[in-house]
Order: sequence, then C-alpha cells, then structure tokens
Amino acid sequence: MKEIRIHGRGGMGAVKAAEALVYAAIMDGKYGNSIPFFGFERQGAPVTAFIRISDKAIRPKNRVYQPDIVMVLDPTIMNAVDVFEGLKECGMLLLNTTHSIDTLNLPETVKTVAILDATTIAMETIGKAITNTVMLGAFCKATELVCIDTVAEKVEALWGAKNKEALYKGYEAVQVVHC
Amino acid sequence: MQRIDVLNGNQAAAIGAALAKPGVIAAYPITPQTPVVEYLTEYAINGKIDAAMSEVESELSAMSVVTGASLAGSRTFTATASQGLALMYEPYFRASTLRLPIVMAIVNREMISPQSVWGGQQDSMSVRDAGWLQIYAEDNQEILDLIIQAFKIAEDKRVLLPINICYDGFYLSHMTEKVFIPEQKEVDTFLGTYVPEHIKLDPEQPMAVDPLTNGALLMEYRYKHLKAQQEALKVLEEVDQEYEKLFGRSYGGAIETYRMDNAEYALITVGSVSGAAKDAIDAKRVEGICVGLVRIRMIRPFPRKQVCQALEKVKAFGVVDKNVSFGWDSGIVYQEVKAAMYEGDNHVPSVPIVGGLGGEDISIQMLKDTIDMIQDAAKKQQSHDTVWLMVNEGEVR
Repeated sequence: MKEIRIHGRGGMGAVKAAEALVYAAIMDGKYGNSIPFFGFERQGAPVTAFIRISDKAIRPKNRVYQPDIVMVLDPTIMNAVDVFEGLKECGMLLLNTTHSIDTLNLPETVKTVAILDATTIAMETIGKAITNTVMLGAFCKATELVCIDTVAEKVEALWGAKNKEALYKGYEAVQVVHC
Repeated sequence: MQRIDVLNGNQAAAIGAALAKPGVIAAYPITPQTPVVEYLTEYAINGKIDAAMSEVESELSAMSVVTGASLAGSRTFTATASQGLALMYEPYFRASTLRLPIVMAIVNREMISPQSVWGGQQDSMSVRDAGWLQIYAEDNQEILDLIIQAFKIAEDKRVLLPINICYDGFYLSHMTEKVFIPEQKEVDTFLGTYVPEHIKLDPEQPMAVDPLTNGALLMEYRYKHLKAQQEALKVLEEVDQEYEKLFGRSYGGAIETYRMDNAEYALITVGSVSGAAKDAIDAKRVEGICVGLVRIRMIRPFPRKQVCQALEKVKAFGVVDKNVSFGWDSGIVYQEVKAAMYEGDNHVPSVPIVGGLGGEDISIQMLKDTIDMIQDAAKKQQSHDTVWLMVNEGEVR
C-alpha cells in the first residue's frame, strides 16, 4: 500500500485532485481511498488531503501519518506547514517549484524528488495559478501508480479540456531525480 | 450487473435512498449531511427520482413532513446531523411511537458547545432511547447497502418502526472509495412496495390517529413497541441473508466479529474506526497477542445476547466510544456493553476508551496502545479509568 499526502491551499483543488487519483486507481482495478483533512474551510488556508492506493482492500479510513509520497501544490505552503512530517525513509517529494533541486535543502528521508514549475504551466494552459491538474500529471509520471489516461478521463469530466491538457503537460515537464 | 463507482459516503447514502424510490423526501441541509440533500435535489430535478422533494425551513419541519407523508402511506426518507437532529427531537420521538417506518440517515457530528462541525457520535447516541432502530456503517458500501436494507427492516410487519442509518461525518461522508451500485429492478424486487395497514390517514377509511390515551392502553403501546424492537434483531439477520442472495454482500447481523476465535482480549468499536481497529488487531496478532474485534452495528435494539456471547471467554475488553455519557465519566457504548455482560457469567475487567470527539482522529497506534491497556487490565484483574485518546507529543494519554 502507498500512502500519499497532498498539501495545497483552499481553492487549489487538492481534495478534488485526491479524488481523481483514487478514481483512476479503482478504475484501473486497484483499491484506494481519499480523505480530506477537515479544517476550517476558507480560500487560501492550508489544506491537506490523504490518499491510500493498494492492490488489496484498504480498511483504515483515518489520516495518513507516515506518507510514502508528499505532493506540494503550492511551494509557499512550506513556510507554514512541515510538509516532511512523518515522511517514510525512501520517501518521495513531488514539488511545484521554480528552484533547482540542489537549492532545496531537503531532509534525508527524501530519496526521490520530482519537480516542475507547475504554476507557470497552469498560467499558460488554464490561465489561473491552480496547479492541481498539472501536478496530477507529474504524479502519474513520477510514481507510475495510476494510468494517466484514466486520470485524464476524470480531469476532463471535472474541469474540461484545458485541464486535461495541463495534466499531460505536467506529465511531460516533471523532472525525476533520485538522491 | 452491479455498477462500480467511486463515491463518498454522502453520495452512497443518496444513491441508496434514490434506489429505494421514496415517495416523499424532506431534509434541511446541515454540515456534514448537506451533500445528501444536494444530490437528492439534483436527482429530483433531473427526473432520476420520482419523489416529492419538500423544501423545508428547518429540521423540525423536515421530520414533521415525513411524519405526515408516512401517515398518508408514503415511503419516506430524510437525513440530518447534530444540532439538526436536536431540533427534530419532538417529532422524532413521535415518529417512533406512531410506529412509522421512516428511514433517516444521521451523518454523525459532534454536539456543540464549543462550536464544531466535525465528527463524533454524540448526536445519534444521545437519542438512542427515543424508540427508533439505529445501525452504524463502517464504510461507504455498507452505507449504500444499509439504506436500502433499512426500508425492508422498518417496513417489516413484525417491526414497523423508524430507523437511523448512522455514518461518521467526514471520515465516511467526505471519504471516497469503491462502491458497487445495485440495479434498480433488483432493488425493486428486494423491497417491494410499502402498503401500511397498521396506521394510515385515509379519508375513505377514517382512523383515529394519536388520540388522548389512558395509562393502561399506553402501557400496552410501549410493551408492543419494545417487543417489536427486539424482533428487529432477527429481521436484520433475515434481510442481510436475503440481500446477500441478490447482491452478494453480507454483514452478518447486529454485530460483526473479527478474529474473535480463541481471542483472550477484545476491542469493541462502532462505525468507521473499525477499519483501523482491524489493522491494529492484525498487528497485535503478529506480536502474538490473541486479540479480536467486536464491531457493534446495531445500537438499538442493543444486541445484548450477541455481545455477551462474543465476549464470553475473553479475559478483558475495551470499548472505544466516539461520544461521552455525561454523568458516567465514560462513553455510552461502554455502559451498554457492561450492562449486557452482567447477563452472562464472564465478569472480567474492562477499559472504557473515549476518542474521536469533534473530528479528532483515532490512529492505528492509539488503538494498538489501548490493546496493551486491555491486556494490562486482565493481568492486574482491575478495570481501567476512562482512557482519553488525545494526541499529545505522539503519546496516548
């Protein structure tokens, strides 16, 4: 089982992105669940969503404490939240950033880093700094946990063709580095 | 063929209700139940369901509308949570004592104060003695299946009582996972139509409903009501078996036992925390500790024989309550389990556990730690003071 934590801000679609991933996992024949962290709902506030994906049925419905993968939709969230909390040894970080990997100062638990400038791609493709679909594309490439075409189906149904395009752009743009 | 979809708990409840084809739905939105009302309204607008959706201005009205509709012979559905349930209390009690088979989902939420919109089972547990049946779901599939089954149980001639299907706010209501959706015609076959004979407002055949009643007759009403509740234990099992034949899923009955064969210790849970508890049990079994789980599905009527039997050989048990029993310094279900145990011969030490209030999480680690406490209670031959599952520097207090 892989446990995933998504960090975003209210209005960025972190919860919906988590649902799209679980949808793809299930339609691909796996098991999955996603749970939003139930905080104070307001735009711009830090938002967390938890995902579990497995080949076997998943029983726990509670929060993820030791994620295998952490996905950060908005880099500024790292000033407010410890996104590495509980990250497993050999963990993966998927980060929306304009910085290069050597300037990131990552903890030792991070063994794989996947980065891209998702904000710029989102601005160019959908005209808004909403990075969830771009980051979903990056997730598909970096983790190989879900099939991008199944995610694309859900993304198009939820947010239309431009977001589907953003998804594939994220898939192409992501740089995966093993530390 | 059943269709696979990926649903949150509120969608599962709304689809279950839609498949049962209620004639009248009345509900007032309240977090975390609101999406149930939104989904059902959408189905009604799109012509997916035939039900008369009644827009009401409060939960008091919602319960009053379904009471009237049920009295007129309609199959009815409503849903609420927390303060909404509190506002329903007057017609809520009357619906059960009028023996109306109304189905109501309760999306469990904490009671205020202080202000909270998050989970906890204080709301439905606090009205357990108002004469309704109450069943609690563990996952989204069970929510959908139970809502459908609820109509069959409530409308059974041996029961004729309203029923609550309860599920944890946010942890299930806003959690998405795989759910199988039965076909409409199969649900039609399973449920049939509701034809009331015991009570009905019908101008063609006038009947005095709810007249002023003397004590002797009222005693008889209560006697029959309590007996009908006991019948529901049997009816639940029958309905579960019939459902399994048609749809391939069975939940057992009033309780579910997990790894209880030869178990020396037992953890008892209600609702969505049971999944994490099963993982905790597995982890402890690997360590060589013979622990099992009893998940209580039906809180009303309380399955006292089943609980007593499941625990007849354990050396100690613990009960996880997502509510408090004010005045008992513990949770409600703990008191109920202890009362049931008194009817048997196994009077062993026990551990009352309170957690998950106001949306707090109950982690697998917390549950593993409580299993250690249950083992310790057996060793010391002494019951524990109430354990409060609070995150404090990662430790259980």
